[in-house]
Amino acid sequence: MNLSLKSAGSTGEETFVDLAHTPLRELNGALHKLAADTNRTLWKIANPAGRHAIAAGLDVPVTIEIDGPVGYYCAGMNKQARIIVHGNAGVGVAENMMSGLVEVKGDASQAAGATAHGGLLVIDGNASARCGISMKGIDIVVKGGVGHMSAFMAQAGTLTVLGDAGEALGDSLYEAKLFVRGSVASLGADCVEKEMREEHKALLAAKLEAAGLLGEVDISEFRRYGSARTLYHFHVDNVSSY
Amino acid sequence: MCGIVGLFLKQPKLEPELGALLSQMLDIMCDRGPDSAGFAVYGAGSPGFVKLTLRGPAGTDFAALGAAIGHPVTARDTHGVLSVPAAEEAAVRAALARLAPEVRVVGAGARMELYKEVGLPADVARRFHLEAMSGTHAIGHTRMATESAVTTDGAHPFSTGPDQCLVHNGSLSNHAGVRRLLAREGLEVTSENDSEVAAAYLTYRMRGGDTLGQALEHSLGDLDGFYTFVVGTESGFGVLRDPIACKPAVMAETDDYVAFASEYRALAGLPGIETARVFEPEPAKVYFWDRAA
Repeated sequence: MNLSLKSAGSTGEETFVDLAHTPLRELNGALHKLAADTNRTLWKIANPAGRHAIAAGLDVPVTIEIDGPVGYYCAGMNKQARIIVHGNAGVGVAENMMSGLVEVKGDASQAAGATAHGGLLVIDGNASARCGISMKGIDIVVKGGVGHMSAFMAQAGTLTVLGDAGEALGDSLYEAKLFVRGSVASLGADCVEKEMREEHKALLAAKLEAAGLLGEVDISEFRRYGSARTLYHFHVDNVSSY
Repeated sequence: MCGIVGLFLKQPKLEPELGALLSQMLDIMCDRGPDSAGFAVYGAGSPGFVKLTLRGPAGTDFAALGAAIGHPVTARDTHGVLSVPAAEEAAVRAALARLAPEVRVVGAGARMELYKEVGLPADVARRFHLEAMSGTHAIGHTRMATESAVTTDGAHPFSTGPDQCLVHNGSLSNHAGVRRLLAREGLEVTSENDSEVAAAYLTYRMRGGDTLGQALEHSLGDLDGFYTFVVGTESGFGVLRDPIACKPAVMAETDDYVAFASEYRALAGLPGIETARVFEPEPAKVYFWDRAA
């Protein structure tokens, strides 16, 4: 499956859930019970009021639109679903996502997309500290900036930042690719700026296209950061860097 | 874990609802800290008078105590508040120590009242009738104890100076050293709690002439560990997170108020939250509002 923000809208049945009246466990339980071929493919959620773990653990190709701010771990462990948050997201939005798409229309708190293996996370505002920590294959596109220690120990996937990055970007990085358009306050241990070759421009273009941004930003303004690969294996000369 | 909340009103119109709004915020933070709770409310004061908050064992007869010292005491469960002319404060404290040694003065200032007790935060707030209190600003705390025992003394907020109080989410690693520094400067930290050291440190800086903002700025260099602080003074309200931003924090600002909470859930019921500027305070950045300024 290749999801992007341009995916066609749902043609299935629409379900409306007001969390001011329906317990969150009931909503999540109903979402977990959906069959792969469900006709209830569009869910609109009102009054999230910062509740935690909204629409976590989905494994069906449905669209969830959440009207307002969500708390911790929204869309965590997501597989296949498109989850759109019309508001800010708390700690760990889309953490450990496997596939699918999560879009936050506001800002995201710490550890957005943490440990995620796949899918696309788009944050329209800023993401705070530790965005993409230990990411393992997810593509993250942040239209604003990211906080300190973003992409810490990031193993695979891409982190694209249209704004600025905070301190210690990519500390102890493995093979994730980082693209930053703005300034970087500092690079973490073993993270270095790397040449932006044609293959990287093509990769970045693909991620921007998936986020609906192709043509809106100039790819030549981005710089690429990656691992210097000196901390992969323990070496006594590096002991002070661990 | 712990939960902290704060509400600083910029306009008088919400002042009658201050306690009700803070109470609702504390309720929601129960599941971040079910061990104990406390809050400080900056309410009405009279020029030339000092408000003393007393805390006694359950069953303390505050009315009789008030009659004995010649100043009526408003009782709220295990706490009582009395207002005395500033010139008589020392004499009243001496009389209290003599007549009721089991009752302690836990807060003093022109406007601050301070309540804390062991128990589920929602119950603690109800016991003290927080929902009926009014004022300009208030801070509160729900505690999940880590560094010291679950006692009323270990509950937040901590007050170490007139009209000053602090709530803390986190743990300090150099509190023993700072405690010794403060002892040399004549500031006694009475509990074993690391957060009280932070409160006393700010009192020490402000006693030396710092504004609350400057005192918070200095604490970035002198206090080590994990912390999100929310601090109240007679007219001010400050927020500071450690440089790593270990502990959660979210704020909302409108024309009417500045609100702080450990999680957005606690802000969700505030009036006008839909259009408020909601933001996460940045690490190592001092945020400071003052009603007098």
